[in-house]
Amino acid sequence: MEFSRRDTLALGLGAAALTVLPFRVNAAADDAIAAFTGGAAMADAGVTLTAPEIAENGNTVPVSVSAEGATAILLLAAGNPTPGVATFNFGELAGAHSASTRIRLAGTQDVVAIAKMADGSFAKASSTVKVTIGGCGG
Amino acid sequence: MKFKQMTAIAALALALPTLSLADADDDKLVINGELEMVTKTAAPAHLDGALSEVISGWHFRDDDTQKMQMDDFDNAGMLGVEAAAEMWNAVDGSEGKSCASCHGEAESMKGVRAVYPKWNEAAGEVRTLEMQINDCRTTRMGAEELKYAGDEMTNMVGLISLQSRGMPVNVAIDGPAQATWEQGKELYYTRTGQLDLSCASCHEQNYGNMIRADHLSQGQINGFPAYRLKNAKLNGVHNRFKGCVRDTRAETYKEGSPEFIALELYVASRGNGLSVEGPSIRN
Amino acid sequence: MADGVKPRIKAPKSAKAGEAIVLKTLISHNMESGQRKNKDGSVIPRSIINRFTCEFNGKSVIDIKMEAAISTNPYFEFEAVVPESGELLFTWYDDDGSVYTDKKAIAVS
Repeated sequence: MEFSRRDTLALGLGAAALTVLPFRVNAAADDAIAAFTGGAAMADAGVTLTAPEIAENGNTVPVSVSAEGATAILLLAAGNPTPGVATFNFGELAGAHSASTRIRLAGTQDVVAIAKMADGSFAKASSTVKVTIGGCGG
Repeated sequence: MKFKQMTAIAALALALPTLSLADADDDKLVINGELEMVTKTAAPAHLDGALSEVISGWHFRDDDTQKMQMDDFDNAGMLGVEAAAEMWNAVDGSEGKSCASCHGEAESMKGVRAVYPKWNEAAGEVRTLEMQINDCRTTRMGAEELKYAGDEMTNMVGLISLQSRGMPVNVAIDGPAQATWEQGKELYYTRTGQLDLSCASCHEQNYGNMIRADHLSQGQINGFPAYRLKNAKLNGVHNRFKGCVRDTRAETYKEGSPEFIALELYVASRGNGLSVEGPSIRN
Repeated sequence: MADGVKPRIKAPKSAKAGEAIVLKTLISHNMESGQRKNKDGSVIPRSIINRFTCEFNGKSVIDIKMEAAISTNPYFEFEAVVPESGELLFTWYDDDGSVYTDKKAIAVS
């Protein structure tokens, strides 16, 4: 197949559009976020997500979330077949509003944490985790 | 002179990235804040300079994975050990006995893992821990054999290994075990599969390097059984051998086969002096 | 009930009033995701623990909604502040309707 000058230009524009699109993970993850936030705006500070840059194995990936003053933290794996991971609801006797767990990631993807604050506002953090499939350890 | 210097600098430049990125790290393995493990030590004499130092696979793992092994609560391999502890006390078979009927507490197994595989004089063969467990079950308990690499067996090996944790691996390679050991050594250096790799290709000549995204260790087995992040359960030595041989794209030997028994003795002997770590955490 | 499900808990036996204590939990469970297939190609139905809660003397410490991306043998680490002596109650809810519980007493000085 041959590309005309016009085709190439169009492809280039399409690629550029993809890169400049705002934070958008995938439809299912977006739905989960909307259900949690009710569509409210999310601050970029206020929640900390700790995840490895490269997971030794996608089947057991240690992650931690923390958000002082949060009533709940939603944790999503945007690239999984179903993006939900967990929702941590902090009770009145919670110490630091943080939690650690071990999760499954189906491949390299963004892990997203969204905190719901006591005042009803939201904060978001995301982290890309590289996951290799196959090989000796896979 | 100048040429030599330049070669040295070039060699250094080449070596540096591997050192910083992939080599075994210098962390210290202390379990539960009290049990110090020997994870690096002088290579046993029989290696004859093939390795200067033997290094536990623990050093080749990420900090997060390492941490899971430093606390017995974080170590999910203990779930397998706990399951085996129940089985230790459970009566099974026609003789109405459990492991505990003869052996008492599981603690009585202290030191056993460190010296297995081991020559059994009466049977006239080298036996792995798995074989010895099945011998107990069939001849003393009148019970069914456990599947060689099944979960119940691997968990039981985990329980028995735990009793020797921190003791140096010390398998005998001379006397009647020598022929089996030689066979294992032969297998270790034999290339197999479409990729034409021997154990030594990766684990002796290239440990510390990356093979694509995998960080090659020395392939030591002092940490087995290992709870692998990959399948979230305890895995036995032969199961890991099988995975390795499969990765060379060869037909593999079976778990419990004479070839893998010989290979286990040889590979265990390469780690003589390292602490028994089982149940460990690996990727 | 899934076979061999057994909770493990790490909690201090004593604490100071108002001090944050670290709690760890681990429970043996396959967490069958509903994404895997049998050898014959049919999907293995999802079977997971879908909720975990920790309470102290009837008051909530944490309540976690769990989904299929939580690894086999679910592990959690979190903190609690305990105002008086009492009992921590840990509860796991299985898809199949089973409920697993464990308790830990804490003396507060």
